[in-house]
Amino acid sequence: MLPDLLIALTMLSNFSLVATSRVSKAIQFAVFQGVLLGLMPLAMGLGRHFHIVLLALAAIAVKGWLIPFLFRRAMRQVHIQREVDPYIGYTVSLMLCALGTGLSLVLAHSLPLKAGTENVLIVPASLATLFTGFLLLVSRRKALTQVVGYLVLENGIYLFALLLVEDMPALVEAGILLDLFVGIFVMGIVINHIRVAFDSTDTRHLAELKD
Amino acid sequence: MTWLLILLPFCAAGLAFAVSSARLRAWILPAVGILHLGILSVALTGWRTLPATAWFGLDALGGWVLLVISVLFCICAFYAPAYLALRPDRDHRVLSTCLLAFLALASLLAQARHPGIAWVAMETTTLVSAPLIYFNHNRRSLEATWKYLVIGSVGIALALLGTLFIAYSAHMGGLTEPLRYTRLMENAGLLSRPWLRAGFVLTLVGYGTKMGLAPLHTWKPDAYGETPGLVGALLAGGVTSCAFLALLRIYAVVGAAGEGAFARELMVAFGMVSMVWALVFMVRQTDIKRLLAYSSVEHMGILVFGIGIGGLAARFALFHLAANALVKSVLFLSAGNIHRSYASKQYPFVSGALRRTPVSGWLFLLGFLAITGLPPFAPFLSEFNIAAGALGTGHLASGSAFLILLGGIFLAMSETVVKVVFGTPSAERVRTPYKDTPATTAPLIVALGLALVLGVWLPRPLQNMLDHATATVEGVLSARLEVQP
Repeated sequence: MLPDLLIALTMLSNFSLVATSRVSKAIQFAVFQGVLLGLMPLAMGLGRHFHIVLLALAAIAVKGWLIPFLFRRAMRQVHIQREVDPYIGYTVSLMLCALGTGLSLVLAHSLPLKAGTENVLIVPASLATLFTGFLLLVSRRKALTQVVGYLVLENGIYLFALLLVEDMPALVEAGILLDLFVGIFVMGIVINHIRVAFDSTDTRHLAELKD
Repeated sequence: MTWLLILLPFCAAGLAFAVSSARLRAWILPAVGILHLGILSVALTGWRTLPATAWFGLDALGGWVLLVISVLFCICAFYAPAYLALRPDRDHRVLSTCLLAFLALASLLAQARHPGIAWVAMETTTLVSAPLIYFNHNRRSLEATWKYLVIGSVGIALALLGTLFIAYSAHMGGLTEPLRYTRLMENAGLLSRPWLRAGFVLTLVGYGTKMGLAPLHTWKPDAYGETPGLVGALLAGGVTSCAFLALLRIYAVVGAAGEGAFARELMVAFGMVSMVWALVFMVRQTDIKRLLAYSSVEHMGILVFGIGIGGLAARFALFHLAANALVKSVLFLSAGNIHRSYASKQYPFVSGALRRTPVSGWLFLLGFLAITGLPPFAPFLSEFNIAAGALGTGHLASGSAFLILLGGIFLAMSETVVKVVFGTPSAERVRTPYKDTPATTAPLIVALGLALVLGVWLPRPLQNMLDHATATVEGVLSARLEVQP
């Protein structure tokens, strides 16, 4: 029951993410989503495995504290409030997100699940979240919102990984988590350089190189 | 022993970051490069088929790819001190550190026996190569870096999802972790087919993005165009080889599971699309570094095309990995020299390179002829055999298309190369103080020489290694090949 609720909230935050024009709100939704997913292993009743609990706590710490910290710092430096004039408007984004969610349900239907799997919603929700991340990445102009898109994309993958969480070697999972953090960190540095060079973080300026 | 291959460059990266003398730091690169190559050569004399329980180790495929990367790194590293001395304005602390970190990660990837670890190594190479692309610290390189980071990260994220799909296909088949490659291949019959197929498509798209297969290559011309030739050579021959290796490991699992036909069709299609795309964008391309980037797209296409055809073509696709890396290093480094000399990398500003920088001009010209398949250079041997393999196995349409595309690409590239190399240097153009010196050309001559030698003679141990690597790629590891050291 509880896992289904968390998954439903995750999917709802997908819609909120594509519908909001405030960058800070988008960040909050992505962080909220990350923390929800961090709680998932506990909600799935895997609290008895020590390494899973440890990794879940690490995931919550990274997604709920470290990454928002990086975002807040970037926000302070770049002084942006709103995503202005996205490539795809909010209404259309919302409809695309709904379409993507529907397609994810269809697609997930064609992939068989292991007999006895309780959380049948995980695969469609993971694909839908992945799609939302993509949508944000390609439809927004601000570099910061694109990073939010990347974070949501990773959330979708994390959700899928929960199907395998009991099995996966801790080493691999820790590596993945670390890479996500360092990835966002490096992107943050580049965003800061973009701001210094162009006095803006609008990726429209990044269109000099072409054939 | 093989741990040293990872630890040595890793520690050297830390050292390079700590050393304050720029001159001394630049010399760490060749020192580590030659040591790495030495250790690897010793390690490879004892290479073997690994027990299924090993987490790390060099098998023939990983060893071959790492050997290519190590030789390439050596060439670039010996070129580096002279190049960096030409750029006293730019601090190269981050560049040297990241170059060495890349070598450590490539060694980790080549030895990883678990798809998860391979993924982590691959993702980290993306992160350490981002600062390399930003070396020039201007707006253009910033744009290239941002595109590289965003597109590369998305690609690598898809590869992760694909890897997880494959893990789930094993989970459904009742296999438990740790799912090392050997275990996956030995029990390939148990894998769930729909998940395996979906997983392969995702890893192909994901690692294909990192390799720069069309249409996922859009970061490539920008990144290669804006970095120093030194970094371009290492990206075109090193990072792409890493991604190719990660893809081949998954391909081998798919092949062992009996889904080879499905995977092959996809590989051939991707290869063809990449070659066509590269050809289209090479026509009237006046920027020499972007031209080389599209050539890299083409050669990544040749690699997956050859693997997709299989048999003889697959063996020579693996050989082509070495041929491409060597010749690309000659091309990128000589293009870098020409860029230094003209302070531009674009025709009509660059013209008459044979007169102004004769050695680099000749190397660029010979490199161009070699990469487009002039005998007796190594790319000729591989391209010829890939075509022969395709035609000999009944792939008449794709085999002939392959040959026609090679011809078209030769014509498209030659238009710009001829204008850049021949002709007279424009008199209005300010002359930079750069002159070819042995330090900036000798490593290139060695690389071209190696490409020439490989074109006519491959030592027996390497032939052996290549045979076993091909067998691994084709998914027959489950037969437990026993190999004498």
